[in-house]
Amino acid sequence: MAALLEVENLRVDIPLGAGDLHAVRGISFHVDRGETLCIVGESGCGKSLTSLSLMGLLPPKAVRQADKLFFDGIDLTQASQGKMSDIRGNRMAMIFQEPMTSLNPAYTIGNQLEEALLRHQKVSGKEARERAIHLLEKVGITGAASRLGQYPHQLSGGLRQRVMIAMALMCGPELILADEPTTALDVTIQAQILHLMIELQKEFGMGMILITHDLGIVARVADRVAVMYAGQIVESGTVNEVFDNPMHPYTQGLLRCIPVPGKTRRGEPLGSIPGIVPSLIGKIEGCAFANRCRYTFQDCLTTDVPLAETSPGRGYRCLLSDQQCLENAKEVA
Amino acid sequence: MSPTTTSATPPVLETRDLHCTFQVRQGMFKPKKPLHAVNGISLKVHKGEVLGLVGESGCGKSTFARILLGLQKATAGDVRIDGHATTDFTRKQISRRIQPIFQDPYSSLNPRKTIGTIITLPLSVHGVGDPSSWRGTVEKMMDLCGLPKRVYDSFPNQLSGGQRQRVAIARALVMRPEVVICDEPTSALDVSVQSQILNLLQDLRAELGLTYVLISHNLAVVEHMATSVAVMYLGRIVEQTDTDTLFRAPKHPYTEALLASVLTPEPGKGVPDAQLGATFPNPINPPPGCTFHTRCPKVMDVCRQIAPREITIDGSTVECHLHDRQLNAA
Repeated sequence: MAALLEVENLRVDIPLGAGDLHAVRGISFHVDRGETLCIVGESGCGKSLTSLSLMGLLPPKAVRQADKLFFDGIDLTQASQGKMSDIRGNRMAMIFQEPMTSLNPAYTIGNQLEEALLRHQKVSGKEARERAIHLLEKVGITGAASRLGQYPHQLSGGLRQRVMIAMALMCGPELILADEPTTALDVTIQAQILHLMIELQKEFGMGMILITHDLGIVARVADRVAVMYAGQIVESGTVNEVFDNPMHPYTQGLLRCIPVPGKTRRGEPLGSIPGIVPSLIGKIEGCAFANRCRYTFQDCLTTDVPLAETSPGRGYRCLLSDQQCLENAKEVA
Repeated sequence: MSPTTTSATPPVLETRDLHCTFQVRQGMFKPKKPLHAVNGISLKVHKGEVLGLVGESGCGKSTFARILLGLQKATAGDVRIDGHATTDFTRKQISRRIQPIFQDPYSSLNPRKTIGTIITLPLSVHGVGDPSSWRGTVEKMMDLCGLPKRVYDSFPNQLSGGQRQRVAIARALVMRPEVVICDEPTSALDVSVQSQILNLLQDLRAELGLTYVLISHNLAVVEHMATSVAVMYLGRIVEQTDTDTLFRAPKHPYTEALLASVLTPEPGKGVPDAQLGATFPNPINPPPGCTFHTRCPKVMDVCRQIAPREITIDGSTVECHLHDRQLNAA
């Protein structure tokens, strides 16, 4: 069976006065039904633009190119505006980061929930309402019927994010794109929301792309992981492969940065990645991570590093050999 | 570091039964209602300690921090610095001893001032030393905080998030305060930068003998940095103990739930279900009895009626009926 979403060599360029900003530089991945792919990376690495480009929601200036961009056999690069509108919100839905700002304050919850369903599917207002109530209950909101008449400002952050999830599920999508869905929430609520998302995903057999910077979430939620740095996927693999044997120096560095209760000694200095992300404007030569990497050698600065696949779905973008990388990884552990 | 060595000297920072109540308007013609943002907090912080303060949003952490900084008046109770009540001090005197580091380095620095001016400001406000010596003092502080000299004349928008937070730290420390209130110092930063800032805070603490009050919702950070932890819920401290004990053997059900919600980067463990209801109670109408009883998985009848008292067990304090031996014996 073909993958639900197949992306090959996706590029997003934003023309600026000083040259093109290469925000996403040729990334490839796929998502199957019932599977969660986590895209992890720091701010500015292009993870949000990746999701927006899949949804066809890029700012008008940005240019999207791809060798292959298939959603369930439909070529999204060739899809017309109308066709995209039919897919978006219907078969592919998005959960945004900020529940505070992504709901319209002037409309009731019910209005906003029902809108997408009424637009996409032939249902009556009554049916849409029933579906809205059903889903609000599903995401754990009590007194769902009375909530429909409420406005976003009357709900707490956690409830708003639940409404966002219910909204994404209204049309029964096959693919969910969640961009930092729990960043604005408390830890207790975060655990509940993630728990809920996984449950719903299993129940409906949806594919999910979860974008986050939180390695804790990735470890607990993902089936497969793609680590992004400076617009490229620098490492990908199953969650166990990436966390147990990180190959790319960037992934290794990231894992060293976070305090792990019971593993890092209290008060001891944490690992860090010195330097900052390079500018992605204009031509980029060599490995983008070279200026922050501990193992940089001459070739890193001049050679474009290909993604070396060690096994299907497992690969990393580094000139060091497997052996050297594994030794580095041991150093991490 | 350990409580035994410092118990003789008065705590550098102490609060006694601190209250802060806001009058909240309910509607145009309805009477105002009180909101107890801080509802009787007694805490002691000894020199060199790092007190971690954790709790969900809306529990009063930031109001508490504002009171400590003298930015908000307490309605009852007092804050003491070295045993002296802050009501005896002016704002300026308080700010010489207690300084804040805020969450968002993007909005806490004036975009129209150069880095040099921003860090110098406390010195000129307090008239510390000779103006000609300021530049030297500031550059030394910048160096200590890992800022290159060349950014002295830069503007905040020319710096990265991590560098901005370093500026905020340098500004807070240039007065050589004794206590630094860090309100979510790293939550706006990327992972790789976060660890740099945490390391910097640790180094500075050792070097300058600082005391921190670290407010954070990231429990992994608190565990890494803090020497003791206070857990806050609806304006009260429900559990306070040293970091080891808290993370090894939490007593309050709320602490247990918080710890269970932490997502450590260990694949295969799945997402825990903390079993807390989603509804954070409305602080204007707090539930009767124990304020946590609406979400507590171990709720008993008595919790719905009687507010738990503070119980001290082996040096840690907890407010929960489960640990009240008198009550359980009766």
